[in-house]
Amino acid sequence: MIEATGVTKSFKRVRAVDNVSFTLEEGDSLALWGSNGAGKTTLIRCLLGVFPCKGQVKINGIDVRRKGKHARSLVGYVPQELAFHDDARLGASMLFFARLRRVDPSRAVESLERVGLTGHEHKRVRDLSGGMKQRLALAIALIADPPIVVLDEPTSNLDSVGRGEVVEALRQLRSSGKTIVFASHRPDEVVSLARRVLIMEQGRVVRDTTPAALWPDDAPVVTMRLHINGNREQAAATLLREAGHAVHLNRSGLLVSVERHRKAEPISVLAGASIEVRDFEVLDDLPLGERSPDEIVISKNMKEALT
Amino acid sequence: MSTMSMQTDQDQSVPKMQTPQMPGSHLTLARGVLAFAGREFRDAVSSKWFLLYTVAFSVLAIAVSFVSLAGSGAQGFAGFGRTAAGLLNLIMLIVPLMALTAGAGSVAGERERGTLLYLLAQPISRTELLLGKYLGLAVALCCSLCVGFGLSAAVLAWRAGGVGIGSFLMLVLFTCVLALSMLSVGILISVMSRRSGVATGLGLFCWLALVFLSDLGLMAGTVIFRLRVQEVFALAIINPLQAFKMGVIVNLNASLDVLGPVGMYASQTYGKALPWLLASVVVLWVLLPLMLAIVLFKRRKGI
Repeated sequence: MIEATGVTKSFKRVRAVDNVSFTLEEGDSLALWGSNGAGKTTLIRCLLGVFPCKGQVKINGIDVRRKGKHARSLVGYVPQELAFHDDARLGASMLFFARLRRVDPSRAVESLERVGLTGHEHKRVRDLSGGMKQRLALAIALIADPPIVVLDEPTSNLDSVGRGEVVEALRQLRSSGKTIVFASHRPDEVVSLARRVLIMEQGRVVRDTTPAALWPDDAPVVTMRLHINGNREQAAATLLREAGHAVHLNRSGLLVSVERHRKAEPISVLAGASIEVRDFEVLDDLPLGERSPDEIVISKNMKEALT
Repeated sequence: MSTMSMQTDQDQSVPKMQTPQMPGSHLTLARGVLAFAGREFRDAVSSKWFLLYTVAFSVLAIAVSFVSLAGSGAQGFAGFGRTAAGLLNLIMLIVPLMALTAGAGSVAGERERGTLLYLLAQPISRTELLLGKYLGLAVALCCSLCVGFGLSAAVLAWRAGGVGIGSFLMLVLFTCVLALSMLSVGILISVMSRRSGVATGLGLFCWLALVFLSDLGLMAGTVIFRLRVQEVFALAIINPLQAFKMGVIVNLNASLDVLGPVGMYASQTYGKALPWLLASVVVLWVLLPLMLAIVLFKRRKGI
C-alpha cells in the first residue's frame, strides 16, 4: 500500500510536483498520466525517496523519508532511461543487484528466466537491444520479488513489438497481485494496465479517475481535430464558438466536440465563411496511442461541457 | 507471444505485504558497502586509467630504483636510502594524481551517466553507496601501488639485499595512507560536481595546488609576511604532501635538519612525537574530506 500526502517538490522556483495526495491499496494498479513535464517522473522519484520532498510518503506504513532504505526494499523500480554500466555483463549485473537486495544469487537466474533473458548472461549490456535492456531492468526490479513495482514510462524507448511484450508482462504481474504504479503518456498502456488514473498537469493532480471513464467505448459525443488552411485558425475558432460548438485551439490544430451524428456541421459552418478545412480527424476513432494526453483531457472536458 | 511471458504460479507470486525484517543496521550497512566495493574494485581494475597509472608507476619505480643504486654503487641501507629518496619524489608527484582523478570521476561519473539515480532507487543508503565506492577504489589504488613497490623491492633485493625492508614497508604504508587521503579529497570534489569533466578538472587543479602552488605560496608568504619558523611549520604540514614527505624522511632515520630551520625546529620541539603528529595530519586528510563528502551527499536535494 502506498500513501502519499501533500507531496511537493520544487526545483528553485519551479514546482515540479504540487501538493499531490493519493492512496493506493494492495494489488491495485495506478497510472500517472500526463504530457512531458507534467511531474510524473519527479513524483515517482519522491515516492522512492530519491528526491527529498515536502509532504509524506508511506509504503506499507514505512515513512520513505525516515526509512527510505527499508521502504525501497518493498519496491522494484524500472527507470525511464535505462542506466547500466555498458561494459558490465548481464549476469554480473544481476549478481550485483542480488547482493544489493540481499537475495540468494539463484534469484538472479530465476529473474532472468522470468523475463526471457536466459542464455544472454555473458553478453555485455551495451550489446543488448532496447527491448532486452528494458527486460533486464524488469528482471532487476523483480529479483527480490517485491510486492510493489514502480515503472517510469516503461515502453518509451521500445518499438511496437517490444512495447507489446512489456505491456503483456506487466499485465501478468498485475494479475499475479502485485501493486503497480507506472507513469505513461500512452493511452493504450493506461487502458491495458491501470485500474486508476491520476491525470497530472504542471505538477498537480487534476483528476483521479479510471481508464473507462476517460475513454468510454460508446461516446455519444466525439472530438474532431480540424486543420485549417491559411492561418485562419483563430477566425475559425471564433466562428465555431458563435455557432455553439465547444472549441479548443492548440498547436496541433483546432479541436471541436460535436455529437457523433453531427460531425459534418463544423465543416459546413466554416465552408459558409469561406474558411477551408484542409483535413480533419475524429480523435475518438484514432488508436489511443495517436492521441496526446493534452488532447484527451481537453476532449474530455469539452465533451462534458456539451453533455 | 513472447519471451516475456511471466510464470504465474499463484501460490508463489501473490505478494504478501509484510514489512521485511531488516537485519541489524550495522550488518546491512556492511553488506551494502561490500557489494558496492566489490563492483567498484572490478570496474576500477578493468579500466584504462588503472592500467595506465599502474604501468607508469611501476616503470618509474623500477627506473628510480636502478638509477639510485647504480648512481651510488651503494649496498645495503645506503642504497635503500637513496632509492627511497628517489621514490619519494615520484610518489609525491604521481600518487596524488592517481587518487584525485580516480575519486573525482567516481560519483560525478555515475551522476552524468544516469546510473546514480538507478542505484539510489535501490534499498541502500547514500552513506553505503559512498563508502562502498571509496572502499573499492581504495583497494584498487593500494593494489596498483603495491605492484609498483613490489617491483621496486625486487630490484632492491636483487641489487642491495634485504637490508632496510622494514623502512621500505613503512614507506609503502605511508604511501597508501597518502593515496587514501587524496582519494577522500577526490570523492569530496566528485560529490560536489555535476559533471565528471568538471570534477576531473577540479581534481587536477587540486593536485597542482598541493604539489606546486602550496610550496610556492609558502615561500612567498614566508618572505612577504616574515613568518616565524613555527608558523611556517604549521602551514607546511597542513598540506598532506608535506606532512607525508617529512614523515617519510623521519622514518628513514634521517634528520629533518635537511629541511633547514623548519626541520630543526620540528625535530627539537616535537622529538619522538613528530612521526605521530605527521601521520595524524595525513590520517585527518583521510577522514575529514570523506566525512564531509558523506554529509554533503546525504543533504543533496537532487541526485
